Amino acid sequence: MTLEGRLVLALLEGTVTGCILALTALGLSMVFGVMRIVNVAHGEFFMLGAVSAWYVTSTTSSFGLALIAAPVFVAAVAVLVNWVILRPIRYEPQATIVATIGLLYIIQQVVLSIYGPYARTVAPPFYFRIDFPWFGYSGYKLAVAGLAAALLWAIWRVVSTTTLGLYMRATQQDQEMAQAFGVPVHRIFAVAFALGAALAGLAGALIIPIQPAHYLMGLDALLASFTVVIVGGLGSLGGTLAAAFLIGLSDGIVSVFFSPTLARIVSTALVALVLVVRSGGLFGTESA
Amino acid sequence: MRRDHRSAILGVHWALILALVGLQVVVPPFHHTLLARIMVLAAYAIGYNLLLGYTGLMSLGHAMFFAAGMYGAGLPLFYLGVGAPQAFLLGIAASLLLSVVIGTLTLRTSGVSFLIVTMMFAQVFYLSTLYFNRITLGDQGFVLAGHLPPISLGALRVTLSDPVMRYNLALATFAVCLGISLWLVQSPIGRVLVAIRENEDRTQMLGYNTFAYKLLALTISAAIAGFSGSVYAVITSYVGASFAAILYSIYPLVWTLLGGSGTVLGPFVGTAVMTYTIETASRFTSSYLIVVGVILVALVMRFPAGIVGAFRRRWAPWLP
Repeated sequence: MTLEGRLVLALLEGTVTGCILALTALGLSMVFGVMRIVNVAHGEFFMLGAVSAWYVTSTTSSFGLALIAAPVFVAAVAVLVNWVILRPIRYEPQATIVATIGLLYIIQQVVLSIYGPYARTVAPPFYFRIDFPWFGYSGYKLAVAGLAAALLWAIWRVVSTTTLGLYMRATQQDQEMAQAFGVPVHRIFAVAFALGAALAGLAGALIIPIQPAHYLMGLDALLASFTVVIVGGLGSLGGTLAAAFLIGLSDGIVSVFFSPTLARIVSTALVALVLVVRSGGLFGTESA
Repeated sequence: MRRDHRSAILGVHWALILALVGLQVVVPPFHHTLLARIMVLAAYAIGYNLLLGYTGLMSLGHAMFFAAGMYGAGLPLFYLGVGAPQAFLLGIAASLLLSVVIGTLTLRTSGVSFLIVTMMFAQVFYLSTLYFNRITLGDQGFVLAGHLPPISLGALRVTLSDPVMRYNLALATFAVCLGISLWLVQSPIGRVLVAIRENEDRTQMLGYNTFAYKLLALTISAAIAGFSGSVYAVITSYVGASFAAILYSIYPLVWTLLGGSGTVLGPFVGTAVMTYTIETASRFTSSYLIVVGVILVALVMRFPAGIVGAFRRRWAPWLP
């Protein structure tokens, strides 16, 4: 393939990765922004979305239904987690991290025991090839990018124009003051946690025609989301989107020209350094 | 008050070491091997506890120091045929060097970002062990059997493949690390570390260079991790990338919290209970790591002091 061809392929792959990443990372960013907690089990919500979408698709043979059912299921799990684990420990930062590490293993191992150690994929809902001069490209991947973009726009509308969005922004800015003004902060926490999880779950569901569902897929998603959220700024919607595309594209380019492992080594190290250099880091001001 | 307890403190810790010396002649072979592993892993947890329990720094990347010790000792054993004592020194040196670099960078952050940054650097280390698989043999790892030259102690020649040798090597490692930990936490340095855990700003106000103390705690902790990693490689005769993966950063956290963070004996108790629980669970299900998850959640919600911590609070407030 010529250089232009490889570059176009890298750009396309990068855009699709960026869209999936944006959905996942936005969920993490929203949970941190509103609740001030780091959810280490966020990647498992992504995995849970992928696995539950596989179940729905293989039993009902409707991928469209899976795209609705998977995020709803993941959101329900998140509501349960928030109620049973996070509320009782009062969202205390360090305790929450330890608890969500525990949750990571609970979700992962329950999936292993039910779903098994398989990597299973589903057929894309439609076969549609877009022919470029150098190669044919899967239309489904581009549809994913489009759907993700539409969804991100919808979220932005919800956050910036609705009462729910107002409550969320108020809680993010000053939790006590928001409560004093009658914002039902605990209900907003539950909504934010469920919404964040649902976004990860949807991203997981969208990816299974491209990449198989596997019980260990959560960790990569988590680290990639951390990367995006750190570069883009926590709780910042625009920053998260910009960072997701930046990282998706650079990842796509480095992976096409070099090795994917090297791409991840370089990007992880760079982002860790970004967090170090920004004195105290982005999380630093909030945490004990 | 303290003076009265000095002999009791020493007595309790010596009793544990002597019990472990005695246990090797009574336990059946399966537990013999498992106990040897537990002692080395407990040494790893002791190092972790110095950082989490006494300095208040939660790292999620300690696997890189454990694995650095493992590769630092394993690679020279495998490729260069050095002796085991030199290999241990190289293992410790490798993780010490790594910890100075990583510590200088990561200790600029605090709290949650420290945790995430250490996790990311550990992931970089893990991916590097896979990327350079021509040297490290990646995921497959390599076996040290046949690469362990016997050690001459005067006229005595000992082979490290002998189970008795392995057990006592593990015991010696554990005893040394326990001793270091016991001494350190009662020393003036240990007091400063606890002061940093309790209130870093105030400690700084008192004139202590808290960054230097935190770096010291991290390097000691990493050196112990590296030491136990190199010994673990020798007693299991295996070195592999899986020991650099995130699970081996989570393990010392679970062991320390279960046993009681900020107690000298806690890491051993936590490691022993957890290893036996996992060993038992793995006989019934392949999803045995769920034990790690359930215990972590249960500890945070119901039992934050851990086993030794709860014991200390109720019966023995003098335990370090």
